[in-house]
Amino acid sequence: MGVFKDAGHLFRFLAIFVFLFIAFWVIRGFVVPKSFGKYGHYRAASIDEIAAHPLHFAGHEACETCHVDVANVKKDGKHAHVNCEACHGALQKHAEDPASLTPTKPDTATLCVRCHEYSAARPKNFPQVHAAEHSTGLPCETCHQPHSPAMTSGGAK
Amino acid sequence: MKITRRQMLVLLPAAAIAWEHVMAGTPEAAPNYTMSEHWWSMLIDIPKCIGCGNCVRACKEENDVPDGFFRTWVERYHVEDEDMTNPTVISPDGGKEGFPPVEKEDEGKYFFVPKLCNHCADSPCTQVCPVGATFVTPDGVVLVDQKYCLGCAYCVQACPYGCRYIHPQKEVADKCTLCYHRITKGLTTACCEACPTGARQLVDLKNPNDPIHEFLRTHAVQILKPQMATGAKVYYNGLDGSVR
Amino acid sequence: MSGVEGYMYPNEINLYWSVLIVLYPYITGLVAGAFILASLERVFNVTAVKPTYRLALLTALSFLIVAPLPLQFHLGHPERSPEMYFTPHSTSAMAMFGYVYLWYLMAVLTFEIWLDYRREIVLMSQKSKGLVRVIYKIMTLGSNNISERALHIDEKVSWIVTLVGIPSAFLLHGYVGFIFGSIKANPWWSSPLMPVVFIFSAMVSGIACVMVLYMAVTKLRGKTIDMKCVDTIAMYLFYTFIIDFSLEMLDLIHRIYEADESFRTLDFMVHTKLYFSQIVVQIIFGTLVPLLLLAITQLVKLPEIARKRMYAVAGALTLIGIFAMRWNVVIGGQLFSKSFLGYTTYKMSLVTKEGLLVAVGLTLLPLAILWVLVKLLPPWTDGHSAEGVAAD
Ligand code: HEC
Ligand code: HEC
Ligand code: HEC
Ligand code: HEC
Repeated sequence: MGVFKDAGHLFRFLAIFVFLFIAFWVIRGFVVPKSFGKYGHYRAASIDEIAAHPLHFAGHEACETCHVDVANVKKDGKHAHVNCEACHGALQKHAEDPASLTPTKPDTATLCVRCHEYSAARPKNFPQVHAAEHSTGLPCETCHQPHSPAMTSGGAK
Repeated sequence: MKITRRQMLVLLPAAAIAWEHVMAGTPEAAPNYTMSEHWWSMLIDIPKCIGCGNCVRACKEENDVPDGFFRTWVERYHVEDEDMTNPTVISPDGGKEGFPPVEKEDEGKYFFVPKLCNHCADSPCTQVCPVGATFVTPDGVVLVDQKYCLGCAYCVQACPYGCRYIHPQKEVADKCTLCYHRITKGLTTACCEACPTGARQLVDLKNPNDPIHEFLRTHAVQILKPQMATGAKVYYNGLDGSVR
Repeated sequence: MSGVEGYMYPNEINLYWSVLIVLYPYITGLVAGAFILASLERVFNVTAVKPTYRLALLTALSFLIVAPLPLQFHLGHPERSPEMYFTPHSTSAMAMFGYVYLWYLMAVLTFEIWLDYRREIVLMSQKSKGLVRVIYKIMTLGSNNISERALHIDEKVSWIVTLVGIPSAFLLHGYVGFIFGSIKANPWWSSPLMPVVFIFSAMVSGIACVMVLYMAVTKLRGKTIDMKCVDTIAMYLFYTFIIDFSLEMLDLIHRIYEADESFRTLDFMVHTKLYFSQIVVQIIFGTLVPLLLLAITQLVKLPEIARKRMYAVAGALTLIGIFAMRWNVVIGGQLFSKSFLGYTTYKMSLVTKEGLLVAVGLTLLPLAILWVLVKLLPPWTDGHSAEGVAAD
């Protein structure tokens, strides 16, 4: 009994601990997000939040449903595997509502050379030209149809 | 003690209601999508990459990637004949505007290496996160919960590939999501959509019809830094030994 | 971009861990070291160091209070830091920080100091007036029992707490070493020796800090320095320093001999970007010079005044050297590319959230806290404490 009395102050210190401990668990119960731990040590709801991010690229399937003509030209040409938005840029807004945004025509002066300008660093089997000499200053589309670029009529070279 | 605890129980719900809004997620975004049926990754076919930078630009546009930081980038290697261990590597602005053309075929070889998060199965970055703000989803994508991240940057340090950064405005960790908002809707990633040559291909390893299975059977495929044992899932075809 | 040589992965050009993360292991190191010095007296009965016992405890406490602040300033979202307590990730060394820290703060340091000072607190709560009285009253936790028996129990419990405290101090700082040592992606950090090196360098810096503080404070108070005490501390400093230095050399030799894929890059970095902070400050002025000074005091019988000066210089250099060591670990580990193909530069800002001014402020803050603590709980054993408490 005496020991207990003389150690009383220690129990007061202990009581602070116990109090904080309980407070911690009570607060924890409220603040930890509900979906935390559903699949693992994280907030499962964040997966859906990330999945709900807005799209910017519509995907070529979307374009092809409306621009059947272009798609038909393209699918037999050399650019068959180059997707629309690789040249036209992200156009989800346009695909959703064509009236809301009319795409500007790509500027072939910068567009084509980005892929086709000659560089020894590029894979050898990829078609490349020294654009300045090759096009003799003319825009590429005077001789090449962008959606099916292989030459049909003769040109300079 | 007990009284105090009871008081707490009365007082806290008010605060809790405010939290509920912060903590509850948005409703299911892709109703027809079952996570357990997928295991996402990517295939990079190095001999096909022409270094046009379309993927880098597309990624920036699709995901609002801040200037000077990259979820994906392209490196150009130049390896001289005898010097495997000393490649010259450049990546001007992440390869976003392409690369300066090389006129002369001088000695050695050139090639482009697109890089992105490897969505490691045993990812060292999710391992070190102190609060569970970054994780591997059941379909194999490494994501960051930007509402939960502290911004301590420990994960940035832990990634052997340099694929993470701290978003300068949001001040949380940011990285490639493998366009999770696209692939769960049946679309491909923005970088794959924009790639003209098929050098990047989204891959679903759990889909038996995915051409990846045939590809892996018939090609010598490598991952980056296999010695790190991170379970990296981005497969590289034609990867040179000098790539790091 | 400026400051880059060779090739860095584009996301690596900026450093993500700034000078504040240098400060953080430095401060926790001082805590652990000061505490271990204090426990010498209690657990191992080294009575010579008794004059610094309480000062060491208060020093440890004031640095421990500041320890999490650099982290808070560094976090992008400090308001979310409670998540570390609510949903700690079991595989993260950093998540354990919160718990080890709280344990150490509450169960070890505060408890031990409280037990040790309880008699004075109770006496002061009866003697003083006004606001100060209220503060002391709160500190008594409402118990005025300072009977012989109660104090005897305190003594016993306190001994146990110190005993638990030593491994806790090791844990506190060893885990800080583990934060770095366990990053396999970074060859500059990744080493099983890292926690051990951190613990010993922590002891070195803590002991040096208390020694310098004790000499400075005694001088300021116009009292005579207890040379027997300082001699003993210096001896301990010397021996722990030798262990620390040997461990670091072991790590270095191992790296040089193994010369793995990262070696060329790291070696080049040490000879260029880190030359000043690593070779000059850390190794030459921060380690070899103080070791030499301490060795001389151990080998040669010098007059008191010479010893005092040498201890003061050695102590100050040691503190700078250990800071440089933390700098070289934290900043050095981010200056090279994980591709091993290039280097970047750390540009310290001045007035931003993670700038130099904040760092200086956070270094001085513990001293301010210590000043308050010393006023509240005078640690002096020489019987002439400023006013109030009459020690026996
Ligand atoms: C819903 C049907 C629809 C879809 C999907 C669609 N478009 Fe269109 N697009 C239109 C219509 C209608 C116009 C003509 C609008 C106008 O002239 O204002 C148009 C115009 C264009 C133009 C400009 C033609 C010009 O004469 O300047 C381009 C380029 C274009 N679309 C590209 C695309 C691409 C690339 C996609 C795929 C991302 C796409 N479109 C998807 C309906 C669609
Ligand atoms: C190789 C790059 C490239 C690709 C791939 C491409 N386009 Fe174009 N497209 C162009 C260029 C360049 C123009 C502008 C031609 C001009 O100025 O006359 C253009 C023009 C258009 C136009 C305007 C009308 C026209 O025919 O001139 C439409 C519509 C269009 N593209 C749709 C598409 C769709 C749909 C796809 C995908 C099926 C697609 N494009 C793929 C480069 C491309
Ligand atoms: C995003 C990259 C890209 C852009 C931009 C691009 N192309 Fe192409 N182009 C390709 C690819 C890929 C091929 C197919 C190469 C192959 O078959 O191996 C190709 C093929 C061609 C070919 C056929 C070469 C041959 O083998 O006969 C021509 C001609 C051509 N492109 C011209 C153009 C022109 C003109 C433009 C600008 C309107 C353009 N390209 C824009 C990627 C691009
Ligand atoms: C004056 C007409 C003309 C213009 C302008 C022109 N080309 Fe051509 N281009 C040709 C002809 C003709 C060929 C076919 C040559 C051949 O098959 O050998 C060709 C072939 C190509 C090829 C395939 C080369 C190969 O190795 O297979 C590419 C790529 C190409 N052009 C790109 C461009 C680009 C990019 C531009 C714009 C900068 C452009 N061309 C402008 C006439 C033109």
